[in-house]
Amino acid sequence: MSSAQGIGASIKRKEDRRFLLGKGQYTDDITLPDQSYAVLIRSPYAAALIKKIDAAAALAAPGVLAVLTGDDVAADGLGGIPCGWAVKNKDGSNMVEPPHPGLAHGKARHVGDPVAMVVASSKALAKAAAKLVDIDYDVLPGCGRLPEATAEGAPLVWDQAPGNVCFDWHIGDAALTDAAFAKAAHVVELDLVNNRVAPNAMEPRAANGHYAAANDHYTLYTTSQNPHLTRLLLAAFTLHVSEHKLRVIAPDVGGGFGSKIFHYAEELLVLWASRRVGRPVKWTADRSEAFISDAHGRDHISKAQLAMDKDGKFLGLRVHTLANMGAYLSTFAPAVPTYLYATLLSGPYDFPAIYAEVKAIFTNTVAVDAYRGAGRPEATYLLERLVEKAARETGIDRVELRRRNLIQPSQFPYQTQVALQYDIGDYQATLDLALAKIDYAGYAQRHAASAANGKLRGIGMSTYIEACGIAPSALVGALGARAGLYEAANVRIHPTGSVTVFTGTHSHGQGHETTFAQLIADRLGVSTDNVEIVHGDTDRIPFGMGTYGSRSASVGGSAIVKALDKIVDKGKKIAAHLLEASVADIEFRDGAYRVVGTDRQKAFGEVAFAAYVPHNYPIDTVEPGLEESAFYDPKNFTFPGGTHFVEVEIDPETGVVEVVDVAIADDVGVIINPMIVDGQAHGGLAQGIGQALYEEVQYDADGQLSNGSYMTYCMPRAADLPMFKVGNHVTACTHNPLGVKGVGEVGAIGVPPAVINAVLDALAPLGVKDISMPATPEKVWRAIAAAKQGKGA
Amino acid sequence: MKDFQFHRPTTVAEAVALMAGKDGAKFLSGGQSLLPVLKLDLAEPTDLISLTGIAELREIRVDGQALVIGALVTHDAVARSADVRKHIPGLAALAGGIGDPQVRNRGTLGGSVAHADPSADYPAAILALGATVHTNLRKIDAEEFFTGLFESALAPGELVTAVSFPIPKRAAYAKFAHRASKYALVGVMVALTSSGVRVAVTGAGAKVFRVSAMEDALTKGFVPEALSGITVSADDLNGDAEASAEFRAHLIGVMAKRAVAACQ
Ligand SMILES: Cc1cc2nc3c(=O)[nH]c(=O)nc-3n(C[C@H](O)[C@H](O)[C@H](O)COP(=O)(O)OP(=O)(O)OC[C@H]3O[C@@H](n4cnc5c(N)ncnc54)[C@H](O)[C@@H]3O)c2cc1C
Repeated sequence: MSSAQGIGASIKRKEDRRFLLGKGQYTDDITLPDQSYAVLIRSPYAAALIKKIDAAAALAAPGVLAVLTGDDVAADGLGGIPCGWAVKNKDGSNMVEPPHPGLAHGKARHVGDPVAMVVASSKALAKAAAKLVDIDYDVLPGCGRLPEATAEGAPLVWDQAPGNVCFDWHIGDAALTDAAFAKAAHVVELDLVNNRVAPNAMEPRAANGHYAAANDHYTLYTTSQNPHLTRLLLAAFTLHVSEHKLRVIAPDVGGGFGSKIFHYAEELLVLWASRRVGRPVKWTADRSEAFISDAHGRDHISKAQLAMDKDGKFLGLRVHTLANMGAYLSTFAPAVPTYLYATLLSGPYDFPAIYAEVKAIFTNTVAVDAYRGAGRPEATYLLERLVEKAARETGIDRVELRRRNLIQPSQFPYQTQVALQYDIGDYQATLDLALAKIDYAGYAQRHAASAANGKLRGIGMSTYIEACGIAPSALVGALGARAGLYEAANVRIHPTGSVTVFTGTHSHGQGHETTFAQLIADRLGVSTDNVEIVHGDTDRIPFGMGTYGSRSASVGGSAIVKALDKIVDKGKKIAAHLLEASVADIEFRDGAYRVVGTDRQKAFGEVAFAAYVPHNYPIDTVEPGLEESAFYDPKNFTFPGGTHFVEVEIDPETGVVEVVDVAIADDVGVIINPMIVDGQAHGGLAQGIGQALYEEVQYDADGQLSNGSYMTYCMPRAADLPMFKVGNHVTACTHNPLGVKGVGEVGAIGVPPAVINAVLDALAPLGVKDISMPATPEKVWRAIAAAKQGKGA
Repeated sequence: MKDFQFHRPTTVAEAVALMAGKDGAKFLSGGQSLLPVLKLDLAEPTDLISLTGIAELREIRVDGQALVIGALVTHDAVARSADVRKHIPGLAALAGGIGDPQVRNRGTLGGSVAHADPSADYPAAILALGATVHTNLRKIDAEEFFTGLFESALAPGELVTAVSFPIPKRAAYAKFAHRASKYALVGVMVALTSSGVRVAVTGAGAKVFRVSAMEDALTKGFVPEALSGITVSADDLNGDAEASAEFRAHLIGVMAKRAVAACQ
């Protein structure tokens, strides 16, 4: 059983049947009796005073139940959307944490800031009435980008944040780093931008709130990656009700990539509106709304310096980063450019000294928060562009330079200069595997073949590490997290031996219904067909923290394993009784309890049945039933890593970059389902290539969004991507019972610098030295033209 | 989206009669341009007169020296038509490069022509091949048809019934697609016709236009190199976040050469 369906088996995803048949149940599919619909009126301005809202005409329109504004939010005493992470300034003072009311009050601070909500008996009527709401704005100057927001005299997003600074934070040892630079034989410098991207989950966000007055109870259906966190924040901070009076259900969710972690205003608003109008209230974003209301990702400007000795050994790293927060602090926003970014700046390298400063900046834009990789792609991009530049400047081969600096297997556990302790890895092994997969030795031939076709070919790489399996509660608590980050599981064995697992993690594409069932199959010898995984409903699942940061297998899976250990142990006692043997003589193997050294055994199902029909049972010492819960708090982060190679072909006449080959080798720890692991890598690679070549949210200097639709915002398509070559080398995580690390984000983390390094490699012979993401045709064409002119001059 | 009356006539005469006197009515073909406009509330027609039930508009036929394609023929059907592939393969290729499979399966020649999107592909073929647009009222020359940004010579309520494409000696289309929308950022159709060489550019300006300098050069020698050194001024071209006017001007040169190469 375990070999066919257990850990290591590429079984097909159980959940795909309903998805492929179009029978998934998403939030917008849920329509309650007497359903009403909300439409949000959003600010068209980046910054504006809201002088007057005249709702009279809308209120008189057919079907309209309510028009609600920031005044109503304030009058009803709703709490502001809280930030879940507090970062301290260098001097120990607190970050600036501005208020975030459910509806903008007095001032709108970004395009898309919700200003009023119309509730009507149909969505069409709500939309029509929304056009009748007359809002008198006084438009103010805004700032949409980091350079403008940090310039002298920039308009302030918040009066309490001079210079638009949210926090000014640092990590590492400045003096040690200065000393390292003082003795450097060579210093490499690089300025770079990490472009802002929109998450674009296939399913837009939605929320359906229902207040049942008769029993004073609230139910929220929402597109969430973590329904318990949403319930906690609603209960304790925004709606002010007790948790037992609030049920949050995140049913099937069509992708999140981080953007559905956060507690959004709409979740609060639909519950509150339902209480006011006495009917359930549903809101569903359309795609244009998603662009201006989902939290975006990335958006950094950095300066980096690398100090090396004469042999190319890294001596020190200095980084200064500006991170865009947007107008309001989203749930995890402050953690992303600090504890998920700067702590990763050592990468897979042995760095004796690192110092990083991060200034977080408010702008008149939608909030920026975690997006697939969250901080780690930004760190990897910076480091791997810098290392590539170092190779070019010193003339040391790119692979050789990395080899000289990679942490050696013998150095684990490895303590970095930026707080993390890596437990295990084998970066040389993944590097070697990736070199083989890309056929590095054959590159020159491929380059020549491209040249014969008039194409410029380039190869680029990155060796990366990430920290996931988020996270040890005490550690993150000390770093400012306002939540614990353990995970919970409840395993219920039914009388005839089938199994239901209630997990606090949440699947929105990851395939938990399959991988977690494989854990059960592996441990209990039960077929995955007899296992059901339940997630996403706070009335059914234990209090867990949801899914993000590639944590579900390593933290959630570990909680399941702990609960399974309890089940197996209890079963031993029951089996010992049934087999008239001592507990010490019972072993559990291949789905059966056996008396060691004999052929006497009881199948797991028989033991389960005895637990529920305890006629012949050790009733004095063992409770009936077979159901166990466990909470698991990880001891450390997990540290996947690896090497990504990309080859591109550039059409020199048009500047079009085509990704022609991608070969990667990752170490994501023990693999439960290889097919799902490959799929996660593929998706991450597509998004990483998307960031490198196609995607960029474009705000102008004043904060107007110029590409908020699929007519202008370019997503990667299948046709843009080659077949990916994905390899794995496993070193088992040392501190969780499964040895798993996490795979959800590796593609998006490792590949962007490999793409840009490949583009720069292709253009290097022409004299091009830099290009920013996304490497669009016009940018490439201009870089080629500028380099030609520079050479001619 | 506002409520509207939906009609599905089965003849051109019926469609035209339904349109008569209804100021707020619109024809609906594939809906690939009209529906997005309705969804964004940019138009609020009182009536939609669907043309998809009119069988007579679905024909493709060879009429002497011309290929006549009915207004309701989808892009996909043009791309796959044996007649089109035989007589004007460049046109079949153009249709096969419009949007994506969903768009090609619904979108129609008549809808594209009537919509007069400056980034649409067909206008390049219509102008380069010297086609004639047939309507319920008259026949309109290519040169007269496209008058501006989303503007054509069609009168309100006039229905495109077919487009007649004279069969060229050789013709090819080279497109540089907008990465997000897949519309033409720059599309160049080059045709060697009985009345000479014609080069038409779509996507780059407010409407499709011809480049006489290129036509002259290609008349002297119909080879890609003939276009070397010919530049198109960026002055009247579109510029946006995807591509500046200068980049579009540059791409016209590149795409024109590629189209000529594809004619060889
Ligand atoms: C994602 C996407 C990508 C696209 N990419 C491209 C592309 O790469 N290249 C390209 O050229 N186009 C592209 N299009 C547009 C597509 O080709 C449309 O199909 C076409 O422009 C309109 O044809 P339709 O049949 O859908 O017309 P509709 O949308 O039904 O109608 C468009 C307009 O024409 C009018 N109309 C329709 N039929 C007639 C008629 N017979 N007589 C008079 N008026 C009529 C309608 O009233 C309406 O005003 C794209 C569209 C989408 C959605």
